[in-house]
Amino acid sequence: MLKNTPLHQEHIRLGARIAPFAGWNMPIQYSGIIEEHLHTRTKAGLFDICHMGEFILRGETAKGDVDYLITHRTDDMAVGKCCYGFLLNDKGKIADDLIAFKTGENEFMLVVNAGTVDKDRGWIKSHLSAETHFEDISAKTAKLDLQGPLSKDILSAYTDATLDTIKKYHFLTAKVCGVKTLISRTGYTGEFGYELYFPKEETAKLWNKLLQNKDVKPVGLGARDTLRLEMGYSLYGQDIDEVHTPLEANLEKFIYMEKGFIGKAALIKQRSSGVKNILVGFIAKGRRSPRHNFDVVCNNEAAGKVTSGSFSPCLKKAIGLCYVDKDRAKEGDKITLTDGKISIEAIIKSPPFIKRSRT
Amino acid sequence: MIPENLKYTKEHEWVKIENDQAVFGITNHAQSELGDITFVEVPEKGTAVKQFETLSVVESVKAASDIYAPLSGDIIDVNEKLLNAPELINKSPYEEGWICKIKISDPVQISNLMDAKAYKQYLEGLKK
Repeated sequence: MLKNTPLHQEHIRLGARIAPFAGWNMPIQYSGIIEEHLHTRTKAGLFDICHMGEFILRGETAKGDVDYLITHRTDDMAVGKCCYGFLLNDKGKIADDLIAFKTGENEFMLVVNAGTVDKDRGWIKSHLSAETHFEDISAKTAKLDLQGPLSKDILSAYTDATLDTIKKYHFLTAKVCGVKTLISRTGYTGEFGYELYFPKEETAKLWNKLLQNKDVKPVGLGARDTLRLEMGYSLYGQDIDEVHTPLEANLEKFIYMEKGFIGKAALIKQRSSGVKNILVGFIAKGRRSPRHNFDVVCNNEAAGKVTSGSFSPCLKKAIGLCYVDKDRAKEGDKITLTDGKISIEAIIKSPPFIKRSRT
Repeated sequence: MIPENLKYTKEHEWVKIENDQAVFGITNHAQSELGDITFVEVPEKGTAVKQFETLSVVESVKAASDIYAPLSGDIIDVNEKLLNAPELINKSPYEEGWICKIKISDPVQISNLMDAKAYKQYLEGLKK
């Protein structure tokens, strides 16, 4: 049974194309993926991200528990700061990627993917100290993302918060349209922007008020995917998963080897024995896009698999991510992406695929 | 948007028949379902095609979709503008977004195509 976000009726009213994603009916597109993508890059897009999960961990032992559960260092974080990291399993494979918000001296909010909420809840609860209080607030929490270069000017008209004080990967709590909201300078598009967390009952009110601004357009998951791919951000379940470690996913900068965390021993072992396959980016010569699971061929040898591929609305060429044998395919190498029927020429290129001036 | 003067296939191609030639593309319904078209595999001139067999592919941001020949014949012209501007199919599916022109080899096959009224009914049937 698919779940609906609090904005389901609004999406229908806006004429969105709706499709299942991670157990939810989600808006894929409104006016069109390319238009929504370019609007987000030039003005601002509003995204319904209510499907994602939010957990609260509270108590004097919460700090130590969170620090051991995720790969990024959190024990020295100040209240009002957040960070990106991973939940790893004992084998060092990625069980999920998440953002940890330090919401109080003894309190954290973890924001996890929609498709992994149940798995994460069980995993996290089984690794908590007896004194740490756990609460899954997903069902009562709404999340809207406002992303794009005009986001600050737009949001400032609806809030009493001093938005200039919120630096990247920081947040504060303030009223937005009279609703108590956690405003964080985070996002999944590469643009300057905010993610807003607030009580679910207020979702339609905030959504419709923000959409009254002529520079704000609703943006669906289709453009969210092309926006994140232009930045080379991994999508959980597609580019990163329980088959790969963060070392293979080329995401080592979100791991703090100096501290203890679940999966660390496996990563140390993998690092010493050498990582064979790594996640890299590619830009195709033309507009035709390879898709998930296309083979990567380099110098007539099988070299890996495509995990994400799409047309880039900004570059007007196909781009994507693939795991390759790092001894067979390197930065700048010519590769061929094929499903056996069609062949697409591309070059290995480290993301981001487009340059952003200020995020 | 189903022009009266055209013929249609179940795969959502439209066909404009002029004497022994047929120009075709994909219908407004098809372009709308696909969304933003980002790539068209423009077939080569001179290729012989068979009715209802695959002859080309159009890709949107999210997916790829086969295009089928509405009639048998030889391809005598292709819309090369689509190589750099595949979005013409979205903007103008029945005019600027035409895909190719064929010389019809078997006019009897025209009876396998739907007229506008039948295609409209067919689309309504798909919605149910």
